[in-house]
Amino acid sequence: MSLDIAICHDLGDFQVNASFGVDEPGITALFGPSGAGKSTIIAAMAGLVAPDSGHVRIDGETLFDSASGTNVAAERRQIGYVFQESRLFPHMDVRRNLNFGARRASGRSAAIGFDPLVELLGIGHLLQRKPVNLSGGERQRVALGRAVLAAPRLLLLDEPLAALDQSRRQEIMRMLEQLRDVAGIPMVYVSHALDEVTRLADHMVVLDHGTVAASDTVYAVTSRIDLFPLTGRFEAGSVLPGRIVEHDVKHHLSAVEISAGRLWVPRIDRPEGAQVRIRVRARDVMLATAPPADISANNIVAGSISAIRRDDGAYLDVRVACGVDHLIARITHRSLARLGLSEGQPVHAVIKSVTVERDGGRGSGHTSASVQKRVPE
Amino acid sequence: MTDAEIEALLLSLRIALVAVAGALPFAVAIAWLLARTRFPGRVLLDGLVHLPLVLPPVVMGYLLLVSLGTNAPVGGWLLETFGIRFVFSWTGAALAAAIISFPFQVRAIRLAMEAIDPGLDAAARTLGAGPLDRFFSITLPLALPGIIAGAITAFAASLGEFGAIITFVSNIPGETRTLPLAIYTAIQSPGGEAAAARLAGLAIALALVGLILSEAAARRVRSLSGS
Repeated sequence: MSLDIAICHDLGDFQVNASFGVDEPGITALFGPSGAGKSTIIAAMAGLVAPDSGHVRIDGETLFDSASGTNVAAERRQIGYVFQESRLFPHMDVRRNLNFGARRASGRSAAIGFDPLVELLGIGHLLQRKPVNLSGGERQRVALGRAVLAAPRLLLLDEPLAALDQSRRQEIMRMLEQLRDVAGIPMVYVSHALDEVTRLADHMVVLDHGTVAASDTVYAVTSRIDLFPLTGRFEAGSVLPGRIVEHDVKHHLSAVEISAGRLWVPRIDRPEGAQVRIRVRARDVMLATAPPADISANNIVAGSISAIRRDDGAYLDVRVACGVDHLIARITHRSLARLGLSEGQPVHAVIKSVTVERDGGRGSGHTSASVQKRVPE
Repeated sequence: MTDAEIEALLLSLRIALVAVAGALPFAVAIAWLLARTRFPGRVLLDGLVHLPLVLPPVVMGYLLLVSLGTNAPVGGWLLETFGIRFVFSWTGAALAAAIISFPFQVRAIRLAMEAIDPGLDAAARTLGAGPLDRFFSITLPLALPGIIAGAITAFAASLGEFGAIITFVSNIPGETRTLPLAIYTAIQSPGGEAAAARLAGLAIALALVGLILSEAAARRVRSLSGS
């Protein structure tokens, strides 16, 4: 499965002019602030909007091409769509909503059957209900099931969690991870929430005012400091792949190995060897020129400064190469001057807090909730 | 009630039923065009549909007479080719009632269709439903309360139609003498006051039932479009 997208579309007050390609989408995130053109792009992919010019190719098949005049109707594209506001059919009960696309899939069978999907989404007790009698989270779960049962080759999700509270969001993110692992449906996930993207996405397309600012793996995009503030002001930080190597039962800790070394985090309920993805926010990283002694922090990794992004305010971002990965540290101009930091200089990064996002490996059948782990000191 | 009065009542019901049922498919089609499409001449069509609302019914009856009378071009052609004659026939009364009540149907159905979230149509497209499929699986069922409300209102308006019917198809007992025409005839006849009162009471009862039914249907529209 590959995506080859180029879309030019005039929306009156601003223009979308975005192109990107993804060879193995897994879960691809279209990330950017509101009004960056994310929804226009997936509406064009689904065939709900005909862009002024450009092309949409999925797996080499041209669904839209302004040059050749190709425009396959939305109903024949076999692209599923989960809308922000669910859009369940109000006159049908949940079962009929779920079966709407399945009955029109003309022989293709969904990657997951009706019964296992209903169980995965936890909507078995809702089948006879009308949408008006469902909560927001329940509606989104039904909308997700309806789209999956239509046997799409690609599933588009347009901020499906935006209208939900925090616990419902966690619940549905867990279900999306399970769907990815069980059904293996490629997804394009539109979001302006960094935590959703760093948890779910494999590939990340960063959009800014209708253009593509970056398109790469989540690890590569989040380790860049030149994208500031697109990848978050307060939440900015790098995502790193890691593996659980040891449990310290006595102290309720687990050790996660990253390319730069070992991080101790509060006990993760997963076996040794399990892949995890961790996120380290820039504001949770301190820098030291000498290995700090007599400090409560357990997690100190050695590296060297690979880039510095100076800013007008009090803070600046320092990118530190640690192993094959990168950490970002947000420090003050004053600290930079005091320590005399410059590019290429070896430093020690003191990590105050780590977020364990999920299992880094795909298809392992395991999932984990995103938990903010205050690193023990 | 006399046999003639019962005859007038049954005739009225039959004419109103045929008028509403015959006009319904056209009303749904035109309501859909007005609610969901943009085309040149849309405003003209909108005006044309609503013309019977603002035109005196007598003028409507006159227009029908001069176009569909047996000596008129269209009426003569219909009679020669198909053997269809509207003038002085209950079918003519049904036609007149259908045209007069047409705006009520279109209006109610159109409002119901406009209340349907267009996003549902887009959702149905991404689930593989083509245009005709979407019309029958989404638009029509969701507009159903409006269709029912429109049909009931049009039925009541058809029952009460006087001017267009008497002008177009005259006042023939058993053929075109509907309830309002029978009331009019009773009032014109010496000693017909009691008959007029009975018929008027009947008309009031019918109108009330129609009103209550359409109100119930309107409530359903609101509860559906609110979800």
